[in-house]
Amino acid sequence: MRILGISAFYHDSAAALVVDGNVTAAAQEERFTRRKHDPRFPKEAIAYCLAEAGCTLADVDHVVFYEKPFPKFERLLESYFATVPQGFSSFRVAMPLWIKDKLFQKDLLKEELEKLPGGSGWNGSLLFTEHHQSHAASAFFPSPYESAAVLTMDGVGEWCTTSLGHGSGNRLNIAKELHFPHSLGLLYSAFTYYTGFRVNSGEYKVMGLAPYGTPRFVQAILDNIVDVKEDGTFHLAQRYFNYVSGLTMTSEAFHELFGAPPRKPEEELTQREMDLAASIQAVTEMIVLRLARSIRVDTGERNLCLAGGVALNCVANGKLLREGIFDSIWIQPAAGDAGGALGAALAVWHQYAGQPRSVRQDRRDTMSGSYLGPEFSQDEIEQRLQNIGAKFDVRDEKDVTDQTADALAEGKAVGWMQGRMEFGPRALGGRSILGDPRSPTMQKTLNLKVKYRESFRPFAPSVKRESVSEWFDHDGDSPYMLIVGDIAKDRQRAMTEEQQALFGIDKLNIARSEIPAVTHVDYSARIQTVHRETNPRYWDLLSAFEKRTNCPVLINTSFNVRGEPIVCTPEDAFHCFMGTGLDHLTVGNCVLTKEQQDPALARDYKNEFALD
Amino acid sequence: MELVKELWTFLRIRKKVWMAPIMAIMLLFGLLIVLTKGTAVAPFIYTLF
Repeated sequence: MRILGISAFYHDSAAALVVDGNVTAAAQEERFTRRKHDPRFPKEAIAYCLAEAGCTLADVDHVVFYEKPFPKFERLLESYFATVPQGFSSFRVAMPLWIKDKLFQKDLLKEELEKLPGGSGWNGSLLFTEHHQSHAASAFFPSPYESAAVLTMDGVGEWCTTSLGHGSGNRLNIAKELHFPHSLGLLYSAFTYYTGFRVNSGEYKVMGLAPYGTPRFVQAILDNIVDVKEDGTFHLAQRYFNYVSGLTMTSEAFHELFGAPPRKPEEELTQREMDLAASIQAVTEMIVLRLARSIRVDTGERNLCLAGGVALNCVANGKLLREGIFDSIWIQPAAGDAGGALGAALAVWHQYAGQPRSVRQDRRDTMSGSYLGPEFSQDEIEQRLQNIGAKFDVRDEKDVTDQTADALAEGKAVGWMQGRMEFGPRALGGRSILGDPRSPTMQKTLNLKVKYRESFRPFAPSVKRESVSEWFDHDGDSPYMLIVGDIAKDRQRAMTEEQQALFGIDKLNIARSEIPAVTHVDYSARIQTVHRETNPRYWDLLSAFEKRTNCPVLINTSFNVRGEPIVCTPEDAFHCFMGTGLDHLTVGNCVLTKEQQDPALARDYKNEFALD
Repeated sequence: MELVKELWTFLRIRKKVWMAPIMAIMLLFGLLIVLTKGTAVAPFIYTLF
C-alpha cells in the first residue's frame, strides 16, 4: 500500500511517501523551488517522492493532508466573533484568503493531484488527519519504542496547541489537549517577534541568543503573562498579545510591561534582547519539564516521543534529558509542520488501515537517519557540474575523504554534498558546510564570509557516536542535532575575570574550549552524533579528520547562506560554493577547489535571498 | 454546493449548529470584502490563518 502525506498552504510545505509502512521518501518543497518556507502545494516534492518509489500517483492508494481545514476555519470565525470589533483588521485580511482558496482546500488538492503524473482519473482516497495527530504520529510511529508517552507542542493547528498522549504498538491516543489561544509555540514566537526576529523562522535565533542573557524577566512573565500550573498546563493573559484579533504578535500592554516597543529587524542587539531571550527560554524549559513530569505520571511510560515546532528547541530537550524524568527521549527530526506530512501518512497506515507496527531489533528508529531526500549518481553529478561550467577532479571514495580531511585540517571551509538530502531543518552530513572546530577564528569566518549571518550564532558539532562522551557531557545518541549538552569539563577553558566581563557577543571570540568554534558562551553545544550505520561516508570523514588532528569533531552547519533553503542539487551546491567564501567543495566523488574555477561564474549570492 | 453540505455536516457533528447563522453572516461579510477589494495575498507578517 502506498500512502502520500502532504503538508501545505501554511508554511514549510512537504511531501512524504510511505510504502507498506516503510518511510520511502520525504522532502520539503522549498529545497526544489529555492523559496524558503515555501507554503505552496508541494508538487516538486511529490514528484520526487513518487520518482524515488518508481511510481506515479495512479499507484498511490491514499493521499492524506496533515490538517483539517474546517476546524481551522471554525477556530478563526469563533476567534473573530469573540474579539469583535478588534478582530476586524485580521478578519479583513483572512477572509479573502479563505473564501477564495483555503475553504476549498479539498477541491484545490484534487485539482493539483489531477495535474500530477498518473493523477488524471486517480481513484484513491483523499484523507485528512488532525494537525496534532500528524505531529504525534510523526513522533511515535518511527520511534524505536514499542510504547511511549507522546508530547507535541507547537504554535497552533486547528484548535490544539499542545497534546499529551500515549502510543503503544500501532495505537496512538491523545489524552489531553491545550487549545488556542494558549500556546507555548505562540508565546515563544511573541518573544521572537518582540526581540526583532522573524516569527516561524527566527525562534532558533532567540534560543541561540539566550545564553548571552540573564533571565531577569522570568518573574515578570510568570506574574503577568503566563500562569503555569503544577502539571505544566498554562494560561496566557490575552491582553498582552495581539495574535488572536490583530496582525502582530504582541500588544501595547506587552510593550509597556517590558518598557519599549519591539526591536526592529536588523537593529543592533542589546543586552536587553539577550535577557528577554534568556527569560523566555527559562519559562519554556519550565513548562516543558512540568508537562513531561505530568505525562510521565499519567502514562507510567519510561520513554518519551516529541514533535511539534517547540520540540526543535534543543536546549529545552537537553534539559529534559538530563532531568532524568524519562529514561529515553526520541525527537522527530522534522518536528515542525513539514514533518506533519510524514506523520499523516504513518497515521493512515497504522490507525486508518490498522496495519501492525514492529519496532526494529537493533533499537533504532525507522527514519534512516532522516536521509530521505534526493540523491544523485556519480554520472549525474559529473554531467550536471559540466553543464554549468564547473571544473572538478574525480577521485575514488577514499581519496575524496582524505583530500577533504586534509582541507579541513588546513582550516578550509568545505562544502560537503553526499548521498540523500536530509528531511527536516538540520543538515546532518548530507548537505553540510564543514570546518575545523579547533580553530579560534573559524566561527567568525564561517558566519561572516560563508553564511552571511549574525555573528552571535555558534555552530553545531558533529562527532563520531563512539567518541561523544570524550568530548561532551553526553553519552547517548543525538543523531538529529536536537539535544544540547555541555562540552566535556576537561576540554573546557575557563575565562579570566577580564574575559568574563566582556559584552555578550565578544565572549564568543574567546577560545573557551579545545573546540571553540562549536562552544557557546555557556559552554554548551548542539550535538550531532554520527553513526556509521546511517551515514558511513560522513563517519569516515570524521575518522580521517581524527587521524590528522586527534579530534573526531567537525563543525557542521547547513549548506546554504542566510535566507536560502539548504542546497538540494549539485548545481545548487556549486552556486553556493561560488557565491560564498567556501574554499573546497565535495560532491559525490567530485572534488572542486575555488582556484580551479572560472571567476566569471561567481555571483552576488549574498543579496540573492531575502533575510530570514 | 458540496462545500455547503460538508460544512453543515461538520457543524452538526461538532455540535456547533448554533454557529451557522454567524458563519453565514461572516461569510457574506467576507465575500463583500473579496468583491470590493479582491486581494487574497497573505500579508508579510505572521498570521494564524
